[in-house]
Amino acid sequence: MSYKIAIASGKGGTGKTSVAVNLYHFLAREFTGNIQILDCDVEEPNDLLFFTEHKQGLQETINQLIPEIDAELCTYCRNCSEYCEFNALTIIPPVKFIQVNDVLCHSCGACSVACTEEALKEVKHSIGTVTNYDLGLGKGLLEGKLRIGSAMQTMLIKELKSRADSNCDILIFDAPPGTSCSVVQTVVDADFVVLVTEPTPFGLHDLKLTIELMKDLNKDFGVVINKAGLGSGETQEYLVQNNIEILGEIPFKREFAELYAEGLLGDHMSEDLKSDFIKIVNVLGQKILVNEGNYHS
Amino acid sequence: MKTVITSTGNSLGSDFDLRFGRAAWFCLHDEESGECTFIENVNADDSNGAGLKVSERMVELGVGKVISGDFGPKAKDLLDKFNIQMVILQNEGATIQNILDKLK
Repeated sequence: MSYKIAIASGKGGTGKTSVAVNLYHFLAREFTGNIQILDCDVEEPNDLLFFTEHKQGLQETINQLIPEIDAELCTYCRNCSEYCEFNALTIIPPVKFIQVNDVLCHSCGACSVACTEEALKEVKHSIGTVTNYDLGLGKGLLEGKLRIGSAMQTMLIKELKSRADSNCDILIFDAPPGTSCSVVQTVVDADFVVLVTEPTPFGLHDLKLTIELMKDLNKDFGVVINKAGLGSGETQEYLVQNNIEILGEIPFKREFAELYAEGLLGDHMSEDLKSDFIKIVNVLGQKILVNEGNYHS
Repeated sequence: MKTVITSTGNSLGSDFDLRFGRAAWFCLHDEESGECTFIENVNADDSNGAGLKVSERMVELGVGKVISGDFGPKAKDLLDKFNIQMVILQNEGATIQNILDKLK
């Protein structure tokens, strides 16, 4: 059984991706090479940018099924359009008009069940890709990339996760920003969630929303304060007052921004920066060991 | 010709509704008979595709002209297909009666 760590943030731009790729890097270095990272931010996956020595492996197209209606067989009974929760089917009997709107279709299959005339057949439409990358460290990256125009984020994330290497000791899920369905889909099966925030009023506002979501989902979570030293001490105060675990802090430094801009994290960082991440990795390492202990006993 | 005006309520004194797919009511005006009927929009709270569903209804009702605040792209496509004229009116606060008076 893999121990699944999701990285989420609420606010965008807090450093979710940099924390995710560095946790992958240092967990692989310090803990186990049997680790995989999944880029679940399928609308703009960019974990790959931080692994300069990657090699692309297998790429798979992910499809959704969208109905096509045969006008010869259709009796315009409207059963299918009544079954459709998403208003994807337009059937207008008096003018014998049929239209399937593939942007609205969620591929639930209800229309196929509704049709008694066998006028409906489901056809594959691409929603994006899942690509495997060798990173030269650990078991690599699995990246989901949504096709531009598709609104099937959660379906793609689900498909991406089903392709994770289940023999890995650790799986890292890099979530999209926000608190929407795609974030829920990313964290839903995680054993632990790392929330990355920045100590600004915006960061704190969105962190609170994300904490609420974690509580609703009954998730075990802790917070990493990125760009520490920026803004006020409000975030720390809030976390201490509410008894929320601070996993570590990464200082607000020009060096970090420069390395980030060049895509050079991990090994390229100074010893000081490395040690900030290693501290967080050690805290997570303890949690993984405790979890394993519970699992075996 | 039949004209539909999107309405927030079910009387001639009701305010004009600027939304098309999510309008609360539709005032169906028949030019020949001069009659006005109010139809409730059952799709107003649909999670998505409300505009499309309402356009479907317009086609079924045999409407030639729709007056609303704006039309979404999916609704526009369907109304266009059936040559239903779309009239955009940004008259917040006007009543259905005000708009009917202008039609005459």
